[in-house]
Amino acid sequence: MPTLLDKIWDNHLVRRESGRPDLIYIDRHLVHEVTSPQAFAALRRDGRKVRRPDLTYAVCDHVTPTNSTARPLADEIAENQLASLEANTAEFGVPYFGWGKAGNGVIHVTMPEQGLVLPGTTVVAGDSHTATHGALGALAFGIGTSEVEHVLATQTLPQDKPPCLAMRAEGALPAGCGAKDLILYIIGHLGAAGATGFAIEYQGEAVRGLSMEGRMTMCNMSIEAGARSGMVAPDETTFAWLEGRPHAPRGQDWDKAVAYWRTLPSDPDAKFKRTETVDLAGLEPMVTWGTNPGQVAGISQTAPDPAGFQGEAAKAAAEALAYQGLKPGDKLNQVPIDYAFIGSCTNGRLEDLRAAAAVVKGKKVADGVTALVVPGSERVKAEAEAEGLDKVFSEAGFQWRLPGCSMCLAMNPDVLPAGKRCASTSNRNFKDRQGHGGRTHLVGPAMAAASAINGRLSDPREFM
Amino acid sequence: MHKFNKFTGVVVPLDMAHVDTDQLVPKQFLKRTEREGFGEVLMYHHRFDEAGNEVDEFVMNRPHYKEANILLARENFGSGSSREHAPWALQDYGFRVLLAPSFADIFKNNCYKIGLLPIELETPLVDDLFKRVEANLGYRLTVDLKEQTLSGPGEFACFFAVDPFRKQCLLEGLDDIGLTLTHEQEIAEYEKEHAAPWQAAVSGGQQ
Ligand code: SF4
Repeated sequence: MPTLLDKIWDNHLVRRESGRPDLIYIDRHLVHEVTSPQAFAALRRDGRKVRRPDLTYAVCDHVTPTNSTARPLADEIAENQLASLEANTAEFGVPYFGWGKAGNGVIHVTMPEQGLVLPGTTVVAGDSHTATHGALGALAFGIGTSEVEHVLATQTLPQDKPPCLAMRAEGALPAGCGAKDLILYIIGHLGAAGATGFAIEYQGEAVRGLSMEGRMTMCNMSIEAGARSGMVAPDETTFAWLEGRPHAPRGQDWDKAVAYWRTLPSDPDAKFKRTETVDLAGLEPMVTWGTNPGQVAGISQTAPDPAGFQGEAAKAAAEALAYQGLKPGDKLNQVPIDYAFIGSCTNGRLEDLRAAAAVVKGKKVADGVTALVVPGSERVKAEAEAEGLDKVFSEAGFQWRLPGCSMCLAMNPDVLPAGKRCASTSNRNFKDRQGHGGRTHLVGPAMAAASAINGRLSDPREFM
Repeated sequence: MHKFNKFTGVVVPLDMAHVDTDQLVPKQFLKRTEREGFGEVLMYHHRFDEAGNEVDEFVMNRPHYKEANILLARENFGSGSSREHAPWALQDYGFRVLLAPSFADIFKNNCYKIGLLPIELETPLVDDLFKRVEANLGYRLTVDLKEQTLSGPGEFACFFAVDPFRKQCLLEGLDDIGLTLTHEQEIAEYEKEHAAPWQAAVSGGQQ
């Protein structure tokens, strides 16, 4: 009867005592520069060590520029943060994929690529999009800096087991729609806080049919419905994707691991706390119109009338439209854009770049549109360049950048200016997210590309 | 962590839903490597205009709310990024208690870890409190964690729920890490028993 979550949880239980949260073991602790300095400082203050530096891996991705790897960084405070990570990982013996070197990239893109995330493991990071790794059938969730310190010091975490939500997608994904459209549709269905505290298990034909990249795109955005984690049960797609990756088990170990991984999927009669279903029959490419990811519609739709919502949601919709500079009834596919951003831990993988390049090939970015492609990792960059995707983008007028978080949250120099509008493949359309006063529309990579070409939010199916 | 005692404080009504952690502490301040001083930048783009001057109309800037240490807000408070800088900033600013119909999951957890108490109240109770606070300048509530009660002028009184373990940690000011380290032996045993290829044993250096 156990679910995938139950099985992973039970296998990681270090200690259970009534009236207290369970103490669970953490198999992988992923670290980046923004949420770790205060944790390392506290360890130092208290004379503590990193208990398992061999299970801890660090990257630098949030504050790093994407146009040059010159040091020191122009932004002194960012330079200090990068230097702190370098010093902390060296002092505590934590492996660090250095900035600009092989293995570096956006934390949630590069760690799975390295084979560092395996089915059935527990994975944490001081980052809310850690749920991405659940695509491999792992239990992965974001934590705060106090918890980062706790994991560094003890390799465990006191946690209450989250309730599990089975999220079923019925039917096949319609042509022209991808994982991003599917997850935006699901968040629209659940609401931006609709799954708060849950671990979501994504199920159904459309989910099974997704590649690992697509599954990562989905799990990545679980937090945007409030969920602690998102998971997909491991299957042949998972194993094929993992085999041969640098840190994946090899030889006999691999066989043992696969045999174990096959036991992980939720039992057919597993009990979920809640089950939700969406029907994909009418799905079309999706775009957000508001300032939270649940404020979303199909590209053929119009900006909604706040009067159609109840209570607080009506007020929120009115505020969102005002911020976005939209009026009820505005056709979404007529909204002009100033920027297009393709990248991030949601859509910065090779498959995403391929989908965008297929739309872009042989065309030109519209006048007045600034378009950026930021590969999710050094590996994605190298693979894309080997296929010539960088040329396709550059010839069309896109800027081909170095890996990093970039304009997903604009902690580096890639900032969306106030009042400007961006078709973005990232995961958050909050006010000020991509730059103070910037307006974000979350879309899939094909739609971002189509929008850059047309100079307005556009249905990618026009280009297919 | 400091012990959490019973106290009485001014309530500031922040009438906003979905206040995300980026509004609480905007990204440009996350590059600091210390954890002190974030109170200055709490709700930065709401409290200050483009020139860095205080926005008089913003509720937290009104004179009688300067000393507030209880924050009253709407649903899904603390959503978005997991940055603990948000609770640090709230605490550094002077808040000890947050009241809202709901909090985001990671945010709530982060608050408890630093001794900031997030209290979830039914929406009608929150509505009622907003009315009272807005009708009475400098409205004060007494928070008694031991008894799990809130009380204030005009016969306001209610219970609130809190996880017993969280409550004990706050009341006693327990250090989580210290507590876990007392179970060192169990952790070591766990590691011995779970050195499988898909778990702890798959460490670095296999390249
Ligand atoms: S790409 Fe965006 S969401 Fe992903 S880790 Fe970086 S900042 Fe966070």
